Amino acid sequence: MVTPTASWRVETRTRASSLFIVAAIVIVVAGLVAPAFIGRGMLRDLFFILTMLVLAQSWNLLAGYAGLVSVGQQAFVGFGAYTMFACVSLWGINPVSAIILAGFAAAALSVPTGFFVFRLQGAYFAIGTWVIAEVVRLSLAQWKALGGGTGTSLPSGATRDLAIVTWIGEAFGVRSSHAVDILTYWLALVLAVLAIGFIYAFLRTRQGLGLAAIRDNSEAAGALGVDAGRLKWAVYLSTAFVTGLAGALIYVQTARISPDAAFSVIDWTAYVIFIVVIGGIGTIEGPIVGVLVFFVLQNMLADYGSWYLLILGIIGIVVMLFAPRGLWGLFADRTGIQFFPVRRILAGGSSSSKSDAS
Amino acid sequence: MQPVLGVERVSKKFGALRVAEDISFEVPAGEALGIIGPNGAGKSTLFNLITGNVSVDAGRISFCGSDITRAKPMRRCAMGIGRTFQIPQPFGKLTVFENLLVAAAFGARETEAAATGRCAAILDETGLAPRANRVAGSLTLLERKRLELARALATDPQLLLLDEIAGGLTEAECGQLVETIKAIHARGVTVIWIEHVLHALNSVVERLLVLDFGKVIGIGEPAEIMSSRAVREIYLGIDV
Repeated sequence: MVTPTASWRVETRTRASSLFIVAAIVIVVAGLVAPAFIGRGMLRDLFFILTMLVLAQSWNLLAGYAGLVSVGQQAFVGFGAYTMFACVSLWGINPVSAIILAGFAAAALSVPTGFFVFRLQGAYFAIGTWVIAEVVRLSLAQWKALGGGTGTSLPSGATRDLAIVTWIGEAFGVRSSHAVDILTYWLALVLAVLAIGFIYAFLRTRQGLGLAAIRDNSEAAGALGVDAGRLKWAVYLSTAFVTGLAGALIYVQTARISPDAAFSVIDWTAYVIFIVVIGGIGTIEGPIVGVLVFFVLQNMLADYGSWYLLILGIIGIVVMLFAPRGLWGLFADRTGIQFFPVRRILAGGSSSSKSDAS
Repeated sequence: MQPVLGVERVSKKFGALRVAEDISFEVPAGEALGIIGPNGAGKSTLFNLITGNVSVDAGRISFCGSDITRAKPMRRCAMGIGRTFQIPQPFGKLTVFENLLVAAAFGARETEAAATGRCAAILDETGLAPRANRVAGSLTLLERKRLELARALATDPQLLLLDEIAGGLTEAECGQLVETIKAIHARGVTVIWIEHVLHALNSVVERLLVLDFGKVIGIGEPAEIMSSRAVREIYLGIDV
């Protein structure tokens, strides 16, 4: 046994990250009071940004950290959304509780699907997840009580008659449909903050370090005692939960569901992958940058029809070729700034090794 | 006293190729054993069988008296078998220090706080301290080999398996490495070392095991083994 020299310590916080904590608190508080100052259009835009951010953060954890490149996350969006619809329309549960239940339902669905897809590696894993999403879509399209293949709408009073919606309406002096938008926006904000907070906290734990080791070299990680199987399961299960919550929340706001929309591979996986890749995979900052870029592009290109998808594709390819670590990666490499540092920097000790982490 | 490692009649085939055939040997606690043999003799495969990266077809492997024949690699690591890979396998995006932290946190089941001082000391011992906060992907080959050793040490092993870590080093570097391994061995760690650099190997180990075509063709004191006819013919390619 080597005798440990005293006075070594590990630092993770950087100056930029300490400043960022303050900025983040300001942004979140501003976000919470924003509905008093902005209109419904902007609320809906922010809702879209926040929910896409949640989906992107979970896909990033799944693919960027655990190496599980899934193209079937729409299975959990759709299953969460349908669970919420069933809870509200068929069983009369209030929509906010139904969102939570939908999260658990999506996590429950991930147990049998994980059992299948974890037998597959790499590209086969990706295809497997897609096939499962299709199976879930086709199965739910058979559910006649929820409109079968054509879909259905939420009962009109389901969200408007909620006590909290009435309270929001009175407090802000707005009509009930506007109050519903405020509520779903708040829920999206809370979900985004919790999802990012959870992922960041997890990455800083011992298990998070193990996950980074698996990402870099799965075989060596196993030889050093990291339980890759268990960690991948934990990530798959928890991202299914978060994705299910986001799916249910999106459809509380939309109030109308159909299998094709709820299980859309373009909306819930292709766009999400675009966001993560553009922003920078394997970082928490990446998806945040990515979702903003995506939103701006979508608005700029809204009038150009199918050119829109073509241009998104070209931008995606260019970024992959010239900035494989995304826009955030490009920025972080130049400046060394990290808002969510997970790097453990060894400091102190006798032979002082300067913190020259890259 | 029971041996640290017991290998009993272990066999393994890759298709038609016998990479391990009826291999048996024991390593008592505190010994340093060298393994030599020509390329393709099954030396690295033997390590993979001991660490569980490859499963045996037949036979039994025990560690400190308990049967580990079917145990997973991570379980064997946690029990106290540390290894280096012949081709270094660093966690490229993690720093050198974090590489060791993974080994200490999972292989030795330590908390990060408890592991910090020990990892720092290992970095010092292996000459990697100036590189502690560099990402491992940016290291030179020599540094990567040192990292392999440092990371294996961070798992706090009872049995340390070294796979050709002296290859490609200069004479001076090799001398340093030998001193490091001697120091580790002197602390009571049992060492099994596969190496082609024979003078380095023979200055550390107490016994040599010779493998050829997956078979043990000799085991004993280095001087005796090196002068045996079979070794000179097969390993050194000398016609006697």
